[in-house]
Amino acid sequence: MTSQSYDKADAAAGVLFILIGLGFGVQSWWLDIGTALRMGPGYFPLVLSVILVLLGAAVVVNATKQPGEPIGSLAARGMIYILPAPIFFGLTVRGLGFVPSIFLTTFIACFASLKMKPLPALLLSVVVAVFSTLVFSYALGLPFRRFGPWLSF
Amino acid sequence: MELLSNLALGFSTAGSLENLFFCLIGVILGTLIGVLPGIGATATIAMLLPITFQLEPVSSLIMLAGIYYGAQYGGSTTAILINLPGESSSAVTAIDGYQMARKGKAGTALAIAALGSFFAGSVSTLLVAIFAIPLTVVALKFGAAEYFSLMVLGLVSSIALAHGSILKALAMVVTGLLLGLVGTDIYTGAPRFNLGIREYADGLNFVALAVGVFGIAEILRNLEGEVQREVIKTKVSSLLPSKEDFRAMIAPVLRGTAIGSALGILPGGGAILASFASYTVEKKMSKHPEEFGHGAIAGVAGPESANNAGAQTSFIPLLTLGIPANPVMALMVGAMIIQGIVPGPNVAAEQPALFWGIIASMWIGNLMLVILNLPLIGLWVKLLTVPYYVLFPIIMAMCSIGVYSVNSNVYDLYAVAFFGLLGYVLLKLRCEPAPLLLGFVLGPMLEENLRRAMILGRGDPTTFLTRPISLTLLILSLAVLVVVFLPQVRKKRDEVFTESD
Repeated sequence: MTSQSYDKADAAAGVLFILIGLGFGVQSWWLDIGTALRMGPGYFPLVLSVILVLLGAAVVVNATKQPGEPIGSLAARGMIYILPAPIFFGLTVRGLGFVPSIFLTTFIACFASLKMKPLPALLLSVVVAVFSTLVFSYALGLPFRRFGPWLSF
Repeated sequence: MELLSNLALGFSTAGSLENLFFCLIGVILGTLIGVLPGIGATATIAMLLPITFQLEPVSSLIMLAGIYYGAQYGGSTTAILINLPGESSSAVTAIDGYQMARKGKAGTALAIAALGSFFAGSVSTLLVAIFAIPLTVVALKFGAAEYFSLMVLGLVSSIALAHGSILKALAMVVTGLLLGLVGTDIYTGAPRFNLGIREYADGLNFVALAVGVFGIAEILRNLEGEVQREVIKTKVSSLLPSKEDFRAMIAPVLRGTAIGSALGILPGGGAILASFASYTVEKKMSKHPEEFGHGAIAGVAGPESANNAGAQTSFIPLLTLGIPANPVMALMVGAMIIQGIVPGPNVAAEQPALFWGIIASMWIGNLMLVILNLPLIGLWVKLLTVPYYVLFPIIMAMCSIGVYSVNSNVYDLYAVAFFGLLGYVLLKLRCEPAPLLLGFVLGPMLEENLRRAMILGRGDPTTFLTRPISLTLLILSLAVLVVVFLPQVRKKRDEVFTESD
């Protein structure tokens, strides 16, 4: 079987669906299933999980029948810098406070593109931090602590 | 007349200075983000959703509706100017609109799109007002079994209109349904699927899911190639269409409005279907079919009107039955639930000001779009030249703040990252995210109605088949499924979607 004789993207998608189905299915099994008359918390999810596993299997079977297009390049750099940005914001918004946290979050996200140079990135982050503090904290009055306990000396 | 007094109530609600202001902000923000290439209406609304939560329910929904029209119009602008439709429903506009722009008639194309949309919007707003009440009366006869069957029909139809493999779309719906069940079981209070994290006891945050799957996944995809886009260099001048242009657009606009209004009510993304159908009709009826694909005015006017009319009438199932017809409406349901409004037939009776206010604001929003956009097109064009690498850090910052502001729950931010990754992986595996979102919103409702129907039916599953309305809806769902699996229809469907790519 050569690499193009089956649809890789579909096969991977099918496997992913099977895994998600199994994950939910096993957890549903641990819950109370109940009866068709009085369904427990696990009944409906269990049914859905079984359906999802079957659908995933069907997708995999279909994928082996036809050649597919290659998946294409991945935005590796994007994933490395974009995905941690909200996580970083979540970890620091209470400790560092809103202003430094949003500044650093923007700064991290900037590096996802190769075209962004450090100095413009710094500038952009400052602008975003100032703007969002004015809009969200002062104008909209959201209850954010501007500078958090980690910064009080 | 009841209709008139209702509309008067609506206009007095939507016409308050405060609500006019939020509608205006919504339209501007929607257009602003919608113009950004590669970001469609759904992603735009997902990103702007959190901003509206600070407002009163009426203002919030009016602003959201404004964002929706703005985003739609923004999508058409990019379709015409850089041949990059933000949303599949404006894909058809790109065919002839971009050709018009290349011939130096970009301004005319944009004006036609705006005027056509406005006309269609006005007509279909009236339709929404006319049909909303009788449909609400029908909806009040719905029991748990009927709701369950209706949601099944909605989910099945969303599959029919998704791109690519039907099996994958079905699997996405089921995945969405399962994700919607994370949290706490409503009947017994038992925690489920929250992986022991207490912060997810109320379920996964809808905004986090929407922002992750639509917003972040799209940013990642745009970062893949980092290709330069070609913006039309010619100045956008002579906005107002000439007399001949006007004459050429009247009939297509009328036909587009009719097609769009009818198809928009169908669950599962009527607006997309409407713009394709309108394009096909115009091409068939035209005396110069060879002009299509080379800048035919009818090819812009018809589909744009159809698209907007469909977008408007897709509010009918939402407002009367509480069933979202497309992912944008699913976002609206999420917004309503967060505001403490349970969408459904009771909204019109219990909160007439809200109900009619939204309907009236549709028309006001459309009017604002025309007034705003014709003079502001120059600004939008400039915005297209802002490089993407400057935009996405700003978007990331706004998304983070927005998601956090909903519940002040930092776990929602971790969920954003997770769903961003999941959404991107699914995108790479060519799975449409829209059915997933629809499933996520409908998951809890589907389960609740299923369980209630089973209790009411004493555990007999034939309760879904013995009740006539429920049976009809299930037969319709089955018919939709059979039709999409039919070989000829599949082939035709593939053709339609290839044309749009």
